[in-house]
Amino acid sequence: MSIKDRTAIVGIGQTTFAKTLPHSELWMACTAIKGALDDAGIDPAEVDGLSSYAMEPNIEVEVARNLGLGDVSWFSQVGYGGGAGCAVVGNAAMAVATGQCRVAVAWRARKRGDAANRPWAQVGERVEGPAQWSRPWGLLRPVDEIAMLARRYMYEYGMTREQLANAALAFRKHANQNPAALMYDKPLTREQYLSARWISEPLCLFDNCLESDGAVALVIVAAQRARDLDGPVVLIHGFSQGLNAQHQTMTNYFRDDPLEGPAWACSQLLWRHADFGAEDVDVAQLYDAFSPLIPLSLEGYGFCKRGEGGDYMEDGGIEWPGGRLPVNTSGGGMSEAYVHGINLISEGARQIRGTSTCQVEGAETSLVTSGEGVPTSALLLRKG
Amino acid sequence: MIDDAPLPEVDADNAPFWEGTAKEELRMQVCANCGRRRFPPRPMCPWCRSLDSRWERMSGRGRVWSFVVPHRPLLPAFEPLAPYNVVVVSLEEDDNLRLVGNVVAGPDAEINSVPTDQIEIGLPVQVVFQHAGDDITLPRWTPRSDS
Repeated sequence: MSIKDRTAIVGIGQTTFAKTLPHSELWMACTAIKGALDDAGIDPAEVDGLSSYAMEPNIEVEVARNLGLGDVSWFSQVGYGGGAGCAVVGNAAMAVATGQCRVAVAWRARKRGDAANRPWAQVGERVEGPAQWSRPWGLLRPVDEIAMLARRYMYEYGMTREQLANAALAFRKHANQNPAALMYDKPLTREQYLSARWISEPLCLFDNCLESDGAVALVIVAAQRARDLDGPVVLIHGFSQGLNAQHQTMTNYFRDDPLEGPAWACSQLLWRHADFGAEDVDVAQLYDAFSPLIPLSLEGYGFCKRGEGGDYMEDGGIEWPGGRLPVNTSGGGMSEAYVHGINLISEGARQIRGTSTCQVEGAETSLVTSGEGVPTSALLLRKG
Repeated sequence: MIDDAPLPEVDADNAPFWEGTAKEELRMQVCANCGRRRFPPRPMCPWCRSLDSRWERMSGRGRVWSFVVPHRPLLPAFEPLAPYNVVVVSLEEDDNLRLVGNVVAGPDAEINSVPTDQIEIGLPVQVVFQHAGDDITLPRWTPRSDS
């Protein structure tokens, strides 16, 4: 038994995305969730399932009290930061498919435009867990941790900064079509990329996601009910989480092959349950907290072989229109907004609805992934 | 934000490692049953599931597996040192035993004491020890000429 095609995303809601929003995270979460329910045409009193990130600041009781929910029969949170996103929706799909709830809401609200809100700045004087083996030596921020893997990848496979630039440039080009994107009116040139300031060599400013405020919510119901609502049906075709052997979150330097990350584990079940393969995916939203996660994800999810991710991005390979696989068609975390990747799921659903601002013509299948470099998750969406 | 560099919390699993560095020895945890080394330290051997382990002194020789050069913004303790290097070193005893550290000019040198253009993947290094707190001596790495 699998959950294949048994549930659908029927509502999408979001706040404005901005460098800084004046509202609280609770205000933002309520706004996005109400928007998603209005989009679905479902009354908040019907919601009986709540799904979010373990890092989400708004607990279920506050969300339920504000939105006037009735009795909630299922609620759950997923850990590992940006690795959670697709699992937040996937778990909701499992709950709906197994009858634990009928109308589930998945959401994330986040304020991190302010530098003081960034987790790396909140480290204490003494460090426990995985970070105790890296922070004392000045490996402080997520960008430092991923840059370490990026340098090794470039050494092993010869990927260049020119190739890495293709991710930043493609996503910016897509954001320039999307009025909701922070970078809507800010074009980016290859020259600007190559002359940008370093953040953690070999990664520069434009290899990083944005620091922004925003919230996104999604509504998940049974596929049968989705068919009774207006518009194209966005079926949740496949879902998997991924935690590979001997993985250590972010500082994944200790397993035999550190460049084989959680995406490789996640893709196993995802494709095993699916009716189609990577070659049949029309459009993908790949988690892009940092640009090197794109070649790693292209390889992990089977779009190309190990070491070929840099080449895959050449010649507009991941650009809309015309790329072999248009990636992050709303601008992604690097150019739309960084909302812990939940805005990648809403864009994946919009592609199936046919309402993206970089719409892939006739898109029927859509892959969405969550954070690579941490225990992760992925969704396959399909037009019903 | 904290003013000083963060230090590891000493606990039951990692204490032998830090007792070793205090004596200027780089030690690795070894399974007492199957003999495989593991790092970072943990209670159970992931290969044979034994809960018994011992600690062995390593040669302290290794090679740079990868490195980064962080630039600002950083924690206050690191801001004046940027750009500095952070490396991952593979130990001579086993390529898959790796530690995060810094390449420094000598035991008491700062983490920006070696020009970053002199650091490359494969660089042979030797462990050195720096007193970093009352109970913590951090291993760092200095280039060695013999390969």
